[in-house]
Amino acid sequence: MNTKTQSTSASVPSKVKSTLIERLDALYEYDREPVHESKLQGWRTFIAMFASEHIAGTEFVLGTLLVMHGVRAVDVFGGLALGNLLAVLSWAFMCAPVAVKERLTIYWQIRKIAGPYLTVVYSGLFALILCLLAGSMVNVSTTAVTLPLGIASPNYAAGQTVPSVPWILIAVGVGTAIAVLAVLGFERLAHFAKVVAPWMPFVFLSGAIASLPSLGVTGLGNFWQIANEKIWTGEPYPGQMTYRFWHCVGLAWLCNIAQHMGMGDVTIFRYARKWQMGFCSAFGMFIGHYLAWICSGVLCAAYVHSQRAAGAADPNPTPGNIAMFGAGYAGIVCVLLAGWTTANPTLYRAGLAFQVATPNWRRWAVTLAAGILMIVTACIPAVLHYLDRIVAYYGLFFMPLGAFIFIDFWLFPRLGLVRNYAQQRGLRLSWPAAVGWFGSFGICFVLYAKDQYASMAWVNSYLPTFLSRYKPDLFLQVLPAWLIAVSLYTVCSLIQQRLHPLEQEQKI
Amino acid sequence: MTSTGKRILQAISFAGLALSLIPSFLVFGGLLSKEMYFHLMNAGMLMWFGTAVFWIRKDHLG
Repeated sequence: MNTKTQSTSASVPSKVKSTLIERLDALYEYDREPVHESKLQGWRTFIAMFASEHIAGTEFVLGTLLVMHGVRAVDVFGGLALGNLLAVLSWAFMCAPVAVKERLTIYWQIRKIAGPYLTVVYSGLFALILCLLAGSMVNVSTTAVTLPLGIASPNYAAGQTVPSVPWILIAVGVGTAIAVLAVLGFERLAHFAKVVAPWMPFVFLSGAIASLPSLGVTGLGNFWQIANEKIWTGEPYPGQMTYRFWHCVGLAWLCNIAQHMGMGDVTIFRYARKWQMGFCSAFGMFIGHYLAWICSGVLCAAYVHSQRAAGAADPNPTPGNIAMFGAGYAGIVCVLLAGWTTANPTLYRAGLAFQVATPNWRRWAVTLAAGILMIVTACIPAVLHYLDRIVAYYGLFFMPLGAFIFIDFWLFPRLGLVRNYAQQRGLRLSWPAAVGWFGSFGICFVLYAKDQYASMAWVNSYLPTFLSRYKPDLFLQVLPAWLIAVSLYTVCSLIQQRLHPLEQEQKI
Repeated sequence: MTSTGKRILQAISFAGLALSLIPSFLVFGGLLSKEMYFHLMNAGMLMWFGTAVFWIRKDHLG
């Protein structure tokens, strides 16, 4: 340790404190104004960002959940391919073009069309859900750290709803490290992700290939047969819903809908030189949400199969367990880093979201506050067990405001409507945005809940026959939700702007 | 860092990646024990992280 530095620190603590805060504040990254051209980044940055962010610890969970939901092999291979293709196209043609034209964060774009009140509501809720998701990633990383230490991870399916104290302490340590790195800013995150990203898919792939013999696969000739008989069997685990082809399509498309169709990634793509960089998302989707989900499905099935063969009654296919089974300690490190590299940008986004709701707070303080929430949610095992449902709710709830940005940008000028009407009129709340947002989510939720919850079954008796027979799962409501949202918003905006047209001199 | 030094580091990094993948095929083919495969995976990981951090640099982004 450098004693000279220690001595200096002790003699002028206030100066050091001031300098530290000034340095942290210097990390301010053009959150509230368009990104300057000198800050723009190229293809490599976005490939690394997507490849690392979407080859995440949660891939070990979602691939496993698909196995537990009893999908068939054809559902996984075909459904995920289609869903991921739709996601890439959504990033490339919907999100990135708007981002490079406006070069503002999602929050400031929403503020222009929906007004500050809805922006604060959006930001606060979005930050909370991002903390929840980042918490799930910390949870994943923690399963990797606890395994070599001999601390069992909670098995929620077997009724363990609260982790042990040692497990919680390790989760706090992992979460703290992630929060500190997130405070340091975007470029450092991108660098960290860039180093880790190329190695992770090799571990996923290796783990799956090396596990195949334990399932009885001896070559390509019997892979498909074993895949249908022992991995993606079509039979859900006890207590799980059955998923099929369109569930896989919906999950792959929906799980990041808040980022692409919901425009959340304009915050990231505002740094892009060209809109075509939206296609970099393919590196995340087809390596992370295709290859990695398939590999983690294989790992899950192989682990459960081997544990049952060894006499275990309730195998617990946590990310740490299945990675250790497939790739040894390299797998453990992969789970740890996979959770880490995803939690970092997620927490970074949460910090941005909270900052809009708390404009007088400094960035680093906001990010640390988000980090505390992340650590708390990391200690709730139910979050991982219901991760696919949480992701679906999150997507459907936050997508509409991003859809309004898209419509405001492309459609409003063609309809003769004024763009950024709320900003131009100085409105605190745009009622068309409120109707479109809550109306879209409310309708989609009721259509789902009426057949899922007994307390909502009465709704069917008030619906026309074709709607009462319509039994959509959350994953099947991507397009309906988007169409309902933009229709409500556009019609209400037409009414609003006819009733209160802007004076010519007010138009920007 | 000289360009030769960088190339050497990159060669070790890519060898690490190869070591993280090829042994799994040998396990699949029954030519390698799973224990030895785990050791080789660890070696590949160390080779990658021990070298990639030096040539994948922040100022090379974009």
